[in-house]
This record gives sequence, structure tokens and C-alpha cells, in this order.
Amino acid sequence: MQAIAPLSMVYAARAGVPLRSGVSVLQVEAGLSTAGTIVQFDNVGLRYGTGAETLSDLSFSLREGGFYFLTGPSGAGKTSLLKLLYLAQRPSRGLIRLFGEDIVTMPRKRLPGFRRRIGVVFQDFRLVPHLSAFDNVALPLRVAGVEESDIEGPVGEMLGWVGLGHRATARPATLSGGEQQRVAIARAVIARPELLVADEPTGNVDPEMAKRLLHLFDSLNRLGTTVVVATHDLHLISSIGRAEMLRLDRGQVLDPTGALRHPPRRADT
Amino acid sequence: MKGGVRKFGSAERRLLPEGRLSGPMPWVIAIMMFLSVLAAAAGLGLGGTAESLGEDIGSRVTVQVLEQNPDRREAEARRAVAELGRLPGIADVRRLEQNEMEDLLEPWLGPGGLQADLPIPAMIDVQLDTATPAALETMRTVLAQVAPSARVDQNSQWLAPLAGLISALRWLAVGLVLLMVGATAATVVLAARASLDMHRSTIEVLHLMGATDIQVARLFQRRIALDALFGGIVGFLAAAIALLLIARRVGALGSDLIGSTNLPAASWALLAALPVLGVVLAMLVARATILRALRRML
Repeated sequence: MQAIAPLSMVYAARAGVPLRSGVSVLQVEAGLSTAGTIVQFDNVGLRYGTGAETLSDLSFSLREGGFYFLTGPSGAGKTSLLKLLYLAQRPSRGLIRLFGEDIVTMPRKRLPGFRRRIGVVFQDFRLVPHLSAFDNVALPLRVAGVEESDIEGPVGEMLGWVGLGHRATARPATLSGGEQQRVAIARAVIARPELLVADEPTGNVDPEMAKRLLHLFDSLNRLGTTVVVATHDLHLISSIGRAEMLRLDRGQVLDPTGALRHPPRRADT
Repeated sequence: MKGGVRKFGSAERRLLPEGRLSGPMPWVIAIMMFLSVLAAAAGLGLGGTAESLGEDIGSRVTVQVLEQNPDRREAEARRAVAELGRLPGIADVRRLEQNEMEDLLEPWLGPGGLQADLPIPAMIDVQLDTATPAALETMRTVLAQVAPSARVDQNSQWLAPLAGLISALRWLAVGLVLLMVGATAATVVLAARASLDMHRSTIEVLHLMGATDIQVARLFQRRIALDALFGGIVGFLAAAIALLLIARRVGALGSDLIGSTNLPAASWALLAALPVLGVVLAMLVARATILRALRRML
């Protein structure tokens, strides 16, 4: 396995380049040093159509800079919960606060600004099929309006970081499942999101690559990103010592560690 | 970064597959443009005809001196030309020469058919400033005194039904152009919706990464504008070739009246603007359609 460069070096290539309107990398780091609640759910329910509630009475909060594993059996509602987190869905009831703002009643036109602060690794990758691996990874930066001259270096380095530097021009259809997953992960973290949401991110990779990707999430978390990873992999869960667990069962959240109660517990307490 | 709704650049344009036409839409637009240009050309050509009818032919009057005695006819004709030339409101008075009369009658009498003993009326072509009833009445009064056998034929009288037909055809051409505009807009709406459905997964990914509706709409706008430009140019060129061929045929007829349907440069400029207007229309319709559809997504 090749030596892993510190993730901060990848981001350092973009230091000073604003991630969002008026907020630079350094400012984001400074902002994240202030502990607080990044996600808060209060009695949240989600129902698709007229069916039964997929998620019921969810009440928990996640603190800024935390590392969370979301577990639970298949059909427990993990993906639905993640959809609420990455703003693909609004709840049927209840209150969700994200980055300190109520996103349930938030006007639709404000959502893009919030979405740019979230990185998502989809279970089915959702790579754009006619774009190369490079262009897929560059997508969040281009959406955010980063100049082309500031894209090539970091994207190339990020692809190298996930072991796909030599596959930059390959289309998703020519990549293996594991390679697609790594492209999806690189795309999710390239803009250095404040919140990273990953749905079974290591499901298609070998243990060595899983370890490497987890190291990526860990590094990102140490730089201040709040990480939420949905997984069945108990080995993965045990590999991050400071991580907290959110267990979901039949659409309801269990809080085995007590970490999710209000107010959120500080990491150092 | 320049704010939240920066345009996508050249790299981002690849977000939608490029390099080939989007289905049948460009060809449908080409057909619409072909028909629109033909209809507009017909409208503009008929406009020119109506103008010449009104200004050149409509204000003309023909005076026929019908006296059978050649000497008296000649005398009446000379007096009529002299008196009419003095009347106010008359721009020009011209008696048709013998050779012009022979040319006019040749189709009926054959070459050399105009015999000396065949009584032919003397013809006087009068161009009025405006063919008002008062001017005509004055003419008739004067002619009754100096040329009692003279008969006044107002050209606009027999041209009135033709002018009415031309006017109706012009409105029909305008209506056809408007129908084509509506049909083109409907085509663009359908194409935009189909394109949106085809690329829905890409749009969802873009949305979840924080792309605004405007950013996504611009991608489609650009694609549809390119398709419309292709269709517009093809349709315009085909119509221009058809019009030039028709103009050659019309020219071969040698008719003054039909010949007046030839399009001046200004009309060609207007026709050339139609593809540009088509592109603008397609972009606006596509934008409105895409934005409306995107608003239904979260």
C-alpha cells in the first residue's frame, strides 16, 4: 500500500480558495473549533406517500466535529435518515435543525447553499456516467463555482489519495464497483464539507481499501468535519475509537451510548 | 468563486452528453423554420405587392378617347392631354404611343394586325397624386368639355377585389407565422421535458451537491439553443433556396404585378432574423419549462 499523504495537504492546495460565499478554508477551520450542535432532530417522522411511517419520533442531536456510525438492520430506515440529513427529503413532521437553522420550513431557494456544506457518499454511488472519474470528483467544486485553475491540483491529489490517480480519465462504466465507490467518496470529500454523510461507503472495497477510506474519513473528521457513516460493518465501527453510535430499529432511534441525548455531550467530557 | 449562482463553464457543459443532436427536435425546428420563413416571405412579398397596388397602380387612371372619327379622336386626345396636364393633383399625363398600342394589342390581333381602318381608342395614362373622388370628378368635368367621347377608368376600381385578396393572404401569412411560433414553443417544451427525464439522475446529483435551479436550467438552455440554432439555420437555408428558385420562376413570367413580389434586402434581413428569434424563443421556453419542472423537486 502506498504511503498516505496527510489529507490536510490535499486541502492545503486549496487553502485560501473560498469553499462557500465569503468563507475560506481557514475560516471554516476556525468556525469548527467552536463546539455546538450541527444536527438536531425533534420528534421527526417520515412517511412516503400514504404508507406507514418509515421513521418515527426521531429525537437526537449531533455535535460539530463528531464521528457517528449509524447502524441497524436492513429496512430500519438508515437510508431514509441519511436522506433527511443530506436534504434529499423533508420530514413529514417534526423539526430538523441543520447548521443552526430550521431546514423543514426553509425556503427551497436556500437549500443549495446548505447542500454545498454537505458531502454525500450514496449507497449506489450515483456517479455521472458520461463524465470521467476526474470530472465526477470535480463536480462539487464546479457547482460551487471554484475556478478551473484551482480544481486540477486538488482533484488529482484526491484521486491519488483514494488510489485512482491512474484512472482519472476513466468513465464509471469502465471502473470496478470498488473503484466507483472510491470515486464517489473522493467526490463527497473534495469540497471539504462540514458534514459528511456516507451510506455503506466501504461495502464494495477490500479490507485494505476499507481501512484506507476510513482513514480518509478520520482525517477529515480531525480537520473538523462531522462524519455520519451508515454501515453494517462492526469491524469498521470498532476501528474509530472516538466514534459514537446511533442505532436505528424499525424507524426509531436507539442511543446505546447516550451520546445523542440533549444537550449533546462534548467529545472531551 | 463568484457567488452561489455562477454560470457553469466549458467543463461543466459536459454534464449533459454533447456532440450529437438531441433526437428529432432540431429537425422539427428546421421544418417549422422552413415553413415560417416561407410564410413570412409570402407576407412580406404580398406587402410589397399591396404597396405597389396602392401607390403605383391604385392612383392611376386610364382615359380612353372613343371617338370613331380619327381626326376628331386625335383632336380630342390632344385637348384632353393638354387640359389634364394643367389640373392640380395630377402628377403625370402621358398618351400611349402608336407602337405601345401595337404591343398591347399584339396578343389579340397578332403582329401587324393593327390596321389603319380599325378604330382604336386613344389611351391616356394619368398618374394622380391621390385618387380622391374629388380629383376624379374634376377630371370628368374637364374631359366632358374638351373630349366628350372620353371614358375614365379608375384602376383601383377593378383592382379592389385583388387588393382585398392580397390583404387576406397577408393576414393568413401572419397567422401562419404565429402558429409556427406556437408549434415551435410546444416542441421545445416537449423536448425540454424529455431531456429532463433522460438526465434526471444527473440533475438529482447536481441538486444534492448544491447546484441551483438556474445552474441546471442553463445547461439545458444551452443544449436546446444549440439544437434550435441548427434547426433554424437548416430551415432558413432550405427556405431561402426555395424562395430564390420561386423568384427566378416569377421573373421568367415578366409580369409587373407578380414581379413586385420580389423581396428587397430589408425583407431578407427580417427573414434572416427569424432563426435568431427562434433560438431566443427556444431558450426562453426551455428555461421556463426546466425551472418549472425543477421547482417540483426538493
